[in-house]
Amino acid sequence: MGLRRLWIVLPLAALALVLVAVGCGGKDKSSGGKGGTLVFGAEADPVVLDGALVSDGTSIRVLYQIYEGLTALKPGTSEVVPSLATSWKTSPDGLAWTFNLREDVNFQDGEPFDAKAVCFNFDRWYNFPAPFQNSNVSYYWQYGFGGGFAKPAEGSPGPSDSLYKSCEAVDEHTVQLNLNRPSSTVLSTLTLPSLSIESPAALQKYGADKGTADKEGVLRPSGTYGTKHPTGTGPYKFESWTRGDKLVLVRNDDYWGEKAKNEKVIFRPISDNAARLQALQTGEIQGYDLVEPQDVDTIKGDSELQLLERPPFNVGYIGFNQAKPPLDKLQVRQAIAHAINRKQVVDSFYGGRGVVAKEFMPKEIFGYADDVVTYDYDPAKSKQLLQQAGLTLPVALDFWYPTDVSRDYMPDPKRNFQAFAADLNKAGFKVKPHSAPWSPDYTDLVDGGKAQIYLIGWIADFADPDNFIGTFFQKPGPDWGFKNATISSLLNRAEAETDLAKRTSLYQEANREIMKFLPGLPYVHAKAALGFQSRVTGYVPSPVGVGGESFASVSIG
Amino acid sequence: MLRFVVRRLLLLVPILLGLSIVVFFWIRALPGGPAQALLGERATPETIAQIERQYGLDQPVHVQYWKYLERTTHFDLGTSVASRRPVTDELAERFPATIELALAAMLFSVVFGIPLGFIAAKRYGTWLDHASLVGSLIGISIPIFFLAILLKYVFAVKLGLLPSVGRISVLIDIPHPTKFYVLDAILAGNPSALWDVLKHLILPAIALGSIPLAIIARITRAAVLDVQNEDYVRTARAKGLPPRVVDGRHIFRNALLPIVTIIGLQTGLLLSGAVLTETVFAFPGMGTWLVQAIRNRDFPVLQGGILFVSLVFVLVNLLVDITYALINPRIRVS
Repeated sequence: MGLRRLWIVLPLAALALVLVAVGCGGKDKSSGGKGGTLVFGAEADPVVLDGALVSDGTSIRVLYQIYEGLTALKPGTSEVVPSLATSWKTSPDGLAWTFNLREDVNFQDGEPFDAKAVCFNFDRWYNFPAPFQNSNVSYYWQYGFGGGFAKPAEGSPGPSDSLYKSCEAVDEHTVQLNLNRPSSTVLSTLTLPSLSIESPAALQKYGADKGTADKEGVLRPSGTYGTKHPTGTGPYKFESWTRGDKLVLVRNDDYWGEKAKNEKVIFRPISDNAARLQALQTGEIQGYDLVEPQDVDTIKGDSELQLLERPPFNVGYIGFNQAKPPLDKLQVRQAIAHAINRKQVVDSFYGGRGVVAKEFMPKEIFGYADDVVTYDYDPAKSKQLLQQAGLTLPVALDFWYPTDVSRDYMPDPKRNFQAFAADLNKAGFKVKPHSAPWSPDYTDLVDGGKAQIYLIGWIADFADPDNFIGTFFQKPGPDWGFKNATISSLLNRAEAETDLAKRTSLYQEANREIMKFLPGLPYVHAKAALGFQSRVTGYVPSPVGVGGESFASVSIG
Repeated sequence: MLRFVVRRLLLLVPILLGLSIVVFFWIRALPGGPAQALLGERATPETIAQIERQYGLDQPVHVQYWKYLERTTHFDLGTSVASRRPVTDELAERFPATIELALAAMLFSVVFGIPLGFIAAKRYGTWLDHASLVGSLIGISIPIFFLAILLKYVFAVKLGLLPSVGRISVLIDIPHPTKFYVLDAILAGNPSALWDVLKHLILPAIALGSIPLAIIARITRAAVLDVQNEDYVRTARAKGLPPRVVDGRHIFRNALLPIVTIIGLQTGLLLSGAVLTETVFAFPGMGTWLVQAIRNRDFPVLQGGILFVSLVFVLVNLLVDITYALINPRIRVS
């Protein structure tokens, strides 16, 4: 064939190839129906499928399908319900927790689930070797049980810091957890997927705690438990994992509870948000998490797609540092609260996913008080309050906001700042703007008490008021710059109280006190959202996010 | 020839050393570190200090660099902060994907670019020539990610003809001994898997290949225009050689030199273009890997990955020079 003809033939052949390939295409709708497969677009690959060693949402989403804890959250709520434990009681001094275990449960490798298995897991966590004691590895163990390891490495908390003391297998189906001090958060802590019960046989067989240190002492796990053999009691079990491609779970037909509706769930890593949305539109995935505010209308406007919203589990607030006068004056703090038009900011900048905050925790969490003092938008009253405080107008304020960050509770901090600053300037203040990159500068500045008033917020780890107002106000911090005996004693008592009704009323009381004292101004709780194809049903968004959302109840119509 | 190659290979040492220094210090100049990225809101001064100690980030930078150099010369790129796996393992998984994509893109741009340029030159001044010029201008100026999103929107979302993400459909299972999915599918003797893999390559390859295509077309056109006015071409024509022999043996072969150079250079550049393309198509190659690593401030992955990409770039260039020398003996002498 002459060269000249080749010029024409080659591209034509290539074009033909494309057309043939295209012709073989078609929207991927094969996965559905009974025994079907659900493909979910994840943000990335999980780190490992060993709960105790991870704290990121991508891993936890998968863990929650394979594993179960002693307690769980009722789907869609923050209410603690039985799971592998059917009931529990505490000793009068609050130091011993006895759990009765479900009797008809086996791990996915056929090993029995019993009291010994539970204690094996607790002992494993407590005795983690040095490389596992880093807070980025065993974060939830350290957080939930006060840190503390039997043999602490340099810089790690030791037995005296530990909330956990020991675990006893009372009989085959009864287990007793002994604590070093009373704590009421044990039950909600145990709902965390990171503290799920894993098969002792599989953990040992596949070397979950084995690893070698590289030349810099960084652990390289050598076992295959978390990458090839994760073994729990949940409705789905592990089938395969090709990094970058897919992670496949298959129905556990021996599951003790209601069996999963789909035969398989496949997690497909797609890190780009726009790519996840497009993959949902083409049907390559049937659902994905972390829908961006700008994509909400696209999903709502497409009859083949649906948007599911999570109850809010965060709070955005303006923090006041009382160590920086005149913020030590209550009237000044009240003046700021009356000056800010919170509703306008929430309505304008949150894509319909924001709720105006009344206090420092959302109403979905127990201990929320509906009758706290509220501060309506009233600039005239602000000026009046400032004058009553004996100040000359305008009152100067150093107002800080972060850059290079976007959170559900603060999609664009600068926009929030500009609106708030304008409000304050209208109400007798003179705002001087300051900003810094979020990490590490801004957070360091705020935590170090250098900012006078500042934009910040919080995403909770688990469904307990202790994880909101306890974290903020139980101990004095330089970011707040105050000591308030009433508030901290209420929070201390609430944390130690094991009776739920009494705890609830203590936290309600604390919330009332806090909003009266006004250490800062909470202004928003923001909902996160997931996108699904309309034919997908049964996915129940949880306020705690992926750590409470099961795929077992999901079916594809 | 051998001396030429050896000399060029020796030159690699200072180049890579310089690169490693630039990359190492550039990464450390980024705001935040792996500790903050890992811990997010949970970062406290204590936990950050703990993690920095673990990764040796609390030591003076020159000590860190020396250790890194020492490890790297033993082909140990460290352990990824985010995945806790050896960087070399991850590299071995990611690199074949990018090579496959780059080859597909190159194939696309060569197969369409050279004929386009050749025809444009042969039909110099006609509407075909103008169309190819305008077309290649568009090809060069359109941002890759925009083209990628556009292609996806039309062919995947609207028409539903091609897949929009990944390298292979999740419902197809084949073993991956080579990690080159085209090869894997052939080895598995699974034609439908092969089709599926090829379909997943089409849109990313077009998006990634658009710029090289335009450049190759333009260079080809210019080179052919140059050559076809040479005396020996006129002589060949005057001798009464058939036009296709003149085109093939006298024009094209002599126009090949700049074309080969540009193909080589573009192949190196494809690696950087792959970062954007891969992200948009969730194609699990070096690009998505490095983007994720930047987000996580995963120093070991960034150091190892960028150094490796640079090494490949330099090697491709070397290969181009060698080919060049082979085609044109005059280069070898200088």
